[in-house]
Amino acid sequence: MKARSHLYRKESYYGYLFVLAPVVGYLLFTLYPLLYTLYGSFTDWDGLGQMTFIGLDNFKDIVADELFYKASFNTIFMMIGIPIEITLALLLAMGLNRKMFGTTTFRVIYYVPVISSLAAVSILWQWAYNGDYGLVNQFLALFGFEGPNWLTDKYTVKPALILMMIWKNIGYSMLLYLAALQSVPKDYYEAAALDGANSWKIFWNITFPMVKPVTFFIVVTKMIGGAQIFTEVNIMTPTGGPEYSSATVVFYVWKKAFENLQMGYASGMAMLLGLFIFIITLVQFRLNERSSKDME
Amino acid sequence: MLSLKRFKPTDLLAFIVISIGGVFMIAPLLWTLSTSFKSKAEVFALPPVWIPETFHFEKYIEIWEKGPLLSGIQNSLIITVCVTIIGTFTSSLAAFAFAKLRFPFKNMIFLLLLSALMIPYPAVMIPQFILFSEFGWVDTLKPLIVPGLFGNIMMIFFLRQYLTSVPSAIIEAAKVDGSSYFGIFSKIIFPLIRPAVAAQLILWFMAVWNDYLAPIIYLNSPEKQTLQLVIANFNATYAIQTDYALIMAASFVALLPMLIIFLVFQKQIIESVAISGVKG
Repeated sequence: MKARSHLYRKESYYGYLFVLAPVVGYLLFTLYPLLYTLYGSFTDWDGLGQMTFIGLDNFKDIVADELFYKASFNTIFMMIGIPIEITLALLLAMGLNRKMFGTTTFRVIYYVPVISSLAAVSILWQWAYNGDYGLVNQFLALFGFEGPNWLTDKYTVKPALILMMIWKNIGYSMLLYLAALQSVPKDYYEAAALDGANSWKIFWNITFPMVKPVTFFIVVTKMIGGAQIFTEVNIMTPTGGPEYSSATVVFYVWKKAFENLQMGYASGMAMLLGLFIFIITLVQFRLNERSSKDME
Repeated sequence: MLSLKRFKPTDLLAFIVISIGGVFMIAPLLWTLSTSFKSKAEVFALPPVWIPETFHFEKYIEIWEKGPLLSGIQNSLIITVCVTIIGTFTSSLAAFAFAKLRFPFKNMIFLLLLSALMIPYPAVMIPQFILFSEFGWVDTLKPLIVPGLFGNIMMIFFLRQYLTSVPSAIIEAAKVDGSSYFGIFSKIIFPLIRPAVAAQLILWFMAVWNDYLAPIIYLNSPEKQTLQLVIANFNATYAIQTDYALIMAASFVALLPMLIIFLVFQKQIIESVAISGVKG
């Protein structure tokens, strides 16, 4: 007994030792900063001088700040791209999930934008959206359309960013769907075909439920990512677009914190963003739980 | 040749649609490449020129002189290599402890760490910036390296899952043989999880290499900037002079390392992404 407890103590010791680095990292670079942001959001603070406690004043200003509403609206608006991307990705994956010539090549082609740096990709799309010489308008001209100057028009800048993000990210979702489709047992389809089910019924009753966990994973991660769009906005529309129509929340937080040095105000917005992400994630987990219960 | 025997019209339709989509996917990248070789007249030519009459390689020489591209590549390399090599070591060691060692509050600690995945970077970036500026680390590479050295929680999570399939009996046997815990890790566990580690390392490498928000916060001097900032500055500076061939050449050089890594490790990357998504 004594020897065992000694061994156990030794094992505990090494266990703690081995997880020490991530735990220290977590305390230093996640938990401590998070609490600091929370406190900072209640202060008047320029990042250099004193933090003066001002209670809820930052939040009062934030809810009255027109630019904050604009940035929030833009951020949520751009999430329209998520359902479009998911639908296209599933269709693509279904298309590729067959014995067909060139499937590996297609996987690579669709995945290349995913691995490409967002900065470089933003630069090339900024050029592609150029009103006079851009690739997009050149393409539209083939069909007799005259495209706008996408990034300087307040009505087209968000659709332009959405389109670019779908292009950038679709390969990732497609790949996840492809992996999910390949794990669906073949006999399900054969049985359904024997029963005389049509393609739509097969899709709705077999494929769609089988890829549901992946859909859930993609929706959750896309929404978390979508709430944090920054790079493409910063590079393609450095001023936040015409009438601030492409500025996102992170863009606005960054601007306030590191250009205007309103750290307290920016912390308040960052906390609201964190809360928003927490809530959407929680809601989705609840929805997912309920619908998987319905299925049983 | 199965596909020929059981040929279906829907296969052809799928092939056509996917091919058209593929053209759209690859066109912007090819256009970047072709623009980088064009003369000024061809850059602005209507209708667009896809294949330049003569290939101008000058821009690929100019980019090294017109901006700190080389130091950008160096800085990006220093950051990514330090972070991923040391961070992978700490992460896999922690994953081993979480998966196979017994110690009090293990699952609580693990769940606590997992909660970090829910916290967006913007919610912690301001205090992190203040912290590192108190250390005097602003405009150095340290703020971009140091947090990564403590490990990557996504990687810990993934490797821990992977390790559950490794039988504990192996570890017990090694313990009886008198191996130290670190010996068990380095001689038994690490070789077993090496493929998973490699795949995760590549994904992490790409994420750090392509990062933009953290570098833009910390780095000011041109010679300290990472590759992503350098090309963004190329874009801001030379767009006014409409030197698009130069910008496209710089962007293409920035894309190249990841393209090469992807083409070499294509199989591992695709598998790893697929597994993490389906399991996650």
